[in-house]
Amino acid sequence: MIVEIGHFALILALLVSMGQMVLPAVGAASRDDRLMAVAQPAALASLVLVSISFAALTYAYVGSDFSVANVWANSHSAKPMLYKVSGVWGNHEGSMLLWVLILVAFGASVAVSGGHLPKTLQANVLATQASISVAFLLFILLTSNPFERIVPAPMEGKGLNPILQDPALALHPPFLYAGYVGFSMAFSFAIAALLEGRTDAAWARWVRPWTLAAWMCLTLGIAMGSWWAYYELGWGGWWFWDPVENASFMPWLAGTALLHSALVMEKREALKVWTVLLAILTFSLSLMGTFLVRSGVLSSVHAFAVDPQRGVFILAIMVLFTGGALALFAARAGSLRQGGMFAPISREGALVLNNVLLATATGTVLIGTLYPLVLESITGAKISVGPPYFNMTFVPLMIPLLIALPFGSFLGWKRGDLVAARQRLMAAAVVTLGTALVAGALFWRGPWLAPLALAVGVWVIAGAVSEVLFRARLGQGDRAEVFRRLTNLPRSAWGSFIAHTGVGVMVIGIVGTTAWQSEKIVPMKAGDTAEIAGYRVTLKGIETRRGPNFGEEAGVFEVPREGRTPLLLEATKRLYDAPRQPTTEAGIHAALSGDLYIILGDAQTDGSFAVRLYFNPLVRFIWLGAVLMFIGGAFSLSDRRLRVGAPRKARPPMAVPAE
Amino acid sequence: MTRKQRRLAFIASGLVVLGAAVGLVLVALNDTITFFKTPSDLAEKPLAAGQRFRLGGLVADGSVKRGENLEVRFVVTDTLKTVPVVYKGILPDLFREGQGVVAEGRLEGDGLFRADSVLAKHDENYMPPEVAKSLKERGVKLGPGATHPGGEAKSIK
Repeated sequence: MIVEIGHFALILALLVSMGQMVLPAVGAASRDDRLMAVAQPAALASLVLVSISFAALTYAYVGSDFSVANVWANSHSAKPMLYKVSGVWGNHEGSMLLWVLILVAFGASVAVSGGHLPKTLQANVLATQASISVAFLLFILLTSNPFERIVPAPMEGKGLNPILQDPALALHPPFLYAGYVGFSMAFSFAIAALLEGRTDAAWARWVRPWTLAAWMCLTLGIAMGSWWAYYELGWGGWWFWDPVENASFMPWLAGTALLHSALVMEKREALKVWTVLLAILTFSLSLMGTFLVRSGVLSSVHAFAVDPQRGVFILAIMVLFTGGALALFAARAGSLRQGGMFAPISREGALVLNNVLLATATGTVLIGTLYPLVLESITGAKISVGPPYFNMTFVPLMIPLLIALPFGSFLGWKRGDLVAARQRLMAAAVVTLGTALVAGALFWRGPWLAPLALAVGVWVIAGAVSEVLFRARLGQGDRAEVFRRLTNLPRSAWGSFIAHTGVGVMVIGIVGTTAWQSEKIVPMKAGDTAEIAGYRVTLKGIETRRGPNFGEEAGVFEVPREGRTPLLLEATKRLYDAPRQPTTEAGIHAALSGDLYIILGDAQTDGSFAVRLYFNPLVRFIWLGAVLMFIGGAFSLSDRRLRVGAPRKARPPMAVPAE
Repeated sequence: MTRKQRRLAFIASGLVVLGAAVGLVLVALNDTITFFKTPSDLAEKPLAAGQRFRLGGLVADGSVKRGENLEVRFVVTDTLKTVPVVYKGILPDLFREGQGVVAEGRLEGDGLFRADSVLAKHDENYMPPEVAKSLKERGVKLGPGATHPGGEAKSIK
């Protein structure tokens, strides 16, 4: 019964969304207040209905109702409760329902908090948002209905793929989708702006918080996926340039560019046309990500059994929205008035460089991801594009971006002074050079470029610190006075400081673990000792045990440490009961300086076990950097100027560099 | 600078970045892509020894043999032709006889494929699309038995 209520609520949500798609848009075109007034209650009703639907599916999962085909195919009565709940979105149908739930939640929050928006803009935004809901609700109801029943009901479910039974992966899809779907707000605002033929600084102010929130969620979502792949897949790596990973990375890159160009638009009313285009492209890349992951057209290590029919449907949605939006853009972009002028050497100029490099990098990732598809459809040759391609194309574009970053934040709006910026960055440059020399002397055995790349990460951090200290006018006034100035800096300044520091920290982690990782595969019997990166790892023995829904073999390893109790690490091979699928659980000793990472492999003919050992220097910095970016975003979002909301009229351009 | 000149400066610098990126992409695509071949592809058009490519197909039943010092030998088949493979290291969790597999490496002079990586998949019902497609093109029927060999996974101990 409850399941049927969920199904019914979903159909009702579709009907409500259809109304929300048409009426407010017509109302905005004909200036009819009554029609526009439909948008707000409709957006709230959609949220309530989809929530009921989602709750009904969750109820079926929690109660292990195997008469529901989706629950039967993806759950099991003996599964721990956390994974019964996360199993709701651990499959195609449920994850699409989560997608729509987040979508209508964003729509409802515009309806609630968007009271200060011009009426027609709000109506158009909500109508556009509803059109996306309609497309995806149709997709769910027609091709991926999670509420289908099976008669007679099976006694037991087939279980969730065991590698998905993991806390990080329970949270990964919600964050990732919040990111993907959050960019729909920027998209809807862009469409509304094109429909009205008007964008200004106020528009950028309304768009930026949504984009920022989406970007934060996507950052954390991608980082969680990477962290999960690192410890769960047992390959010792944290990023594989796999199509599915790229699918989430491209909207992130474009979204990062959008954040920065919206800043220029907000402060200086420049880059209007580009920002609107970028908003459209970012969400289009999110749609493409959904398509690539859900259709399975690309061979991926992260691919799950997929259904091509559904792929065609999502492809149609993607073509419709991207094509429609771009056509509208082509028709109306000319009517957007060009904004403020600026010299090439200026804050705006630096942010243009940021956008050019990020957009180009997005393009190279896009080409690498789609090239196999294109080549196969033209010549029939089957190829794969791997990490070497991305390292050759993506990395060279990021290096100038990172080097230019600190300069950019020292340049003034409109016309900057590069000489002054250089002087203010002297201390940072000295620290950077010192790091390069010390790293070069310490790690002379690794690749020669590595110390320089490490220094680039330090440069970004040192630049961010210099900027904050410069703003606090270090050296003018006593220490208390400087401290007072620091605490008085706007939150957005702290946000950009923390986020940029996060970028630097991540670069350091990436360089450290890529350049200086050690790896070793050895057969080991109980009592054998292997050595890696100064650790002496002894296999104490193999234990056989039972977990809640799996059996496992655990290799127990002991690592002596000077002056402390020896480290005990367990690397296990599990065999889950349902489905009967093996997984590998790495034994990891996590430390900021680097992870000791042990994998237990297959039993060999002579009774020993294959053991793979890694030492991954600085690998924690990668995820720490992502968390810092998230926190930086949160600081920026909590800035009073964003929270209070934008004034109706654009303020005159500010003379001081306030961001 | 006039407005026009400024705009020109921006367009020029954008083109420089774009040009550099296009150059990088072309070079990288030339140097780094790997081709995907099935055993039948190799039988039709043999590749030179030492050329790097991805070999895809099913792991032939009864072909997995473990040797000394972490060496594993198995045979990749598309049910029409076969290629013997040798790999040193730890096989992915879902590596099983009868299951789809993609191995990357080079052919040696005697027709033996020396793999340096064997790809794992997240899902045991998953078949790499290249494998599924080329099997289908050659008229090989893929029943559930093909992707679920023996129906039951071997217990780890």
